[in-house]
Amino acid sequence: MSVKMKINNVSKIFGPKPKSAIPLVEQGKSKDDILAETGNTVGVYNANLDIEEGELFVIMGLSGSGKSTLIRCLNLLNKPTTGAIEVDGEDVVKFKGEKLKHYRQKKIAMVFQHFGLFSHRTVLGNVEYGLEIRGVPTEERRKVARENLESVGLKGWEDKYPDELSGGMQQRVGLARALANDPDILLMDEPFSALDPLIRREMQLELLDLQERLQKTIIFITHDINEAFKIGDRVAVMKDGKVVQTGTPESILEEPANDYISEFIKDIDRSKIIQAENVMIKPNAVVSLKDGLNVAVREMEANGLSSVFVTDRSRKLQGIVTIDDAIQGIKEKRSLEDVMVKQVESVTKEAYLEEIIPKAVETKYPIAVVNDEERLEGIILRVHVLSSLISEDG
Amino acid sequence: MQDFPDISIPLGDGADFIVNFLDDNLGPFFDFIFWLTSSTISTFDDFLNFLPWWLILIVIFVIGLYFQNWKSGLLFSTFIFLVGSFGFWEELMITVAIVITAVVICIFIGIPIGIIMALYKPFSVFMRPILDAMQTMPSFIYLIPVIFFFALGNVPAVFATIIYAVPPVIRLTELAIRNVDQEVVESAESFGSSRKQILFKVQLPQAIPTIMAGINQTTMMALAMVVIASMVGAGGLGEQVLIAINRLDIALGFEAGISIVFLAIIIDRVTSGIGDKFQRNKGDH
Ligand SMILES: Nc1ncnc2c1ncn2[C@@H]1O[C@H](COP(=O)(O)OP(=O)(O)O)[C@@H](O)[C@H]1O
Ligand SMILES: [Mg+2]
Repeated sequence: MSVKMKINNVSKIFGPKPKSAIPLVEQGKSKDDILAETGNTVGVYNANLDIEEGELFVIMGLSGSGKSTLIRCLNLLNKPTTGAIEVDGEDVVKFKGEKLKHYRQKKIAMVFQHFGLFSHRTVLGNVEYGLEIRGVPTEERRKVARENLESVGLKGWEDKYPDELSGGMQQRVGLARALANDPDILLMDEPFSALDPLIRREMQLELLDLQERLQKTIIFITHDINEAFKIGDRVAVMKDGKVVQTGTPESILEEPANDYISEFIKDIDRSKIIQAENVMIKPNAVVSLKDGLNVAVREMEANGLSSVFVTDRSRKLQGIVTIDDAIQGIKEKRSLEDVMVKQVESVTKEAYLEEIIPKAVETKYPIAVVNDEERLEGIILRVHVLSSLISEDG
Repeated sequence: MQDFPDISIPLGDGADFIVNFLDDNLGPFFDFIFWLTSSTISTFDDFLNFLPWWLILIVIFVIGLYFQNWKSGLLFSTFIFLVGSFGFWEELMITVAIVITAVVICIFIGIPIGIIMALYKPFSVFMRPILDAMQTMPSFIYLIPVIFFFALGNVPAVFATIIYAVPPVIRLTELAIRNVDQEVVESAESFGSSRKQILFKVQLPQAIPTIMAGINQTTMMALAMVVIASMVGAGGLGEQVLIAINRLDIALGFEAGISIVFLAIIIDRVTSGIGDKFQRNKGDH
């Protein structure tokens, strides 16, 4: 993967004399002291991030930690006080006039927290806006706008006005409007924070789907750690204008860089972050249908198991057989297919613990992890489900 | 008792000098304005007088129906019919012509000034006291300089009316543009819009309902001023009021006064109806 956007030592100070505040931050003075002394507010200080092409990068932090300030620097709604932002090798901070316009029209688009829709334009009129100001002919831009509305599930709503739509639908319009420009980079500043939890979850999944299809570079802001860890390929944590840790959700969970982050991840719901693939074990003891009951018993004895999964020749999951049933079956001269339990709980690798837990409670057998073709990929033991919920330090 | 010392600062003389200076040096310019305004008024007036009276009543009904409902339409045309029955048909047309001319000029001047004020803070700071002065000065004061420039008649009346009535449309245009949701403006900016595109495609359309409220106020104030402006020779309903005052003619005064009230009601309902239409149009279809 290549680096799409390189954020180098970016600081943004608001106030009468922004540059004068920089040395004070360097001396380690607090935001409040600097404000009292110079009247300048430190929005972001010395941010360094490499955003990779095609990744969903999340910036997380409490309210007022500088997330919006930083993301707004990326499309120059805020001009950084110092630092450089390289996109495809060019420093965009230096862009002015036509060049800046071109950058915003072609390379980068933004989705806003409160949607930022044009209430005087129809849904279609909103989505075509970016193309309209670029001078794309009406027919063509309407076609693109319709396609994008369809891809966010708003076909048939083209002629409505934004205030006739629910919040979730309005944000879909916001998303379609940004995507209509076909930008390389998509900025999303707390796009789902204004939505209620149910809709929010739906939108998160849709965003992940969309990302799988489009492979954009997405920079996503949230103050919700569960959201951050759920959707982020990598997450940067901000505090008081500084980036305090960057890494994958797992690596941050495992090794929080400081107390602030440990505090943050305390109230994280691990069941929403840990997936089947994080807790499953390799299925090294598996029997095939044609092997028969004797092989099954031998396998279980050899591995010290009380049950074993049964597959067909192409490793498609067929069922599970317990040691007791198998021995009973041999006595009664029945076949493996006859005695095995066919109702087996199975999940995909991507399933979150929150879906797996109820299954683990209901069944007496291990849970099978299968791929799209029903092939067995792993096994989750019930005890592993529960132990994974308990964090290392908790 | 303490007397104020014998000091005199001749501010009034200064104003006098400036007015004279402008009149001497910008004569042709004022002549041109005069010609433009007076021909606009007479075009409107001729047109209104060219229409048969019953057609005007029907048009008024249809306007009322379109912007409010059929009851308003009926009420409005009854009002106009009554004014005609008082014998003020021609006066009514003159008044309407002057008000429309003044309002049109107010819109052409006011909206651009309001926009510039919204976009350039220093200009706004500079304009505010001027607008305050325009609104708080007794309206008679404007009559003096406009007579200098335009003599007596309908033209000075229009200009006095403009000075008095233009502030609301300026102020509300500025307010409307300033109050457009910041995030909406930024979203336009984030797509790489030029300033012109942001203004014409986002800020102005978003501001229209509030600007319409400004136009409504401006129109009402223009109508109020038209009466006062009859002192500088404007014809129309105001002139009848003035005659009634001079003669202490209660019947004439009442009829002329109530005619102005009727006109005010119609203009108010129609202009605010236009504003509502703008708002509803975006919700309905
Ligand atoms: N335009 C501005 N002028 C002055 N201070 C600002 C401005 N925008 C943001 N700030 C300040 O910068 C800090 C970070 O704000 P922000 O980036 O909005 O935080 P977040 O998005 O993480 O909630 C806050 O202290 C805020 O008051
Ligand atoms: Mg924010």
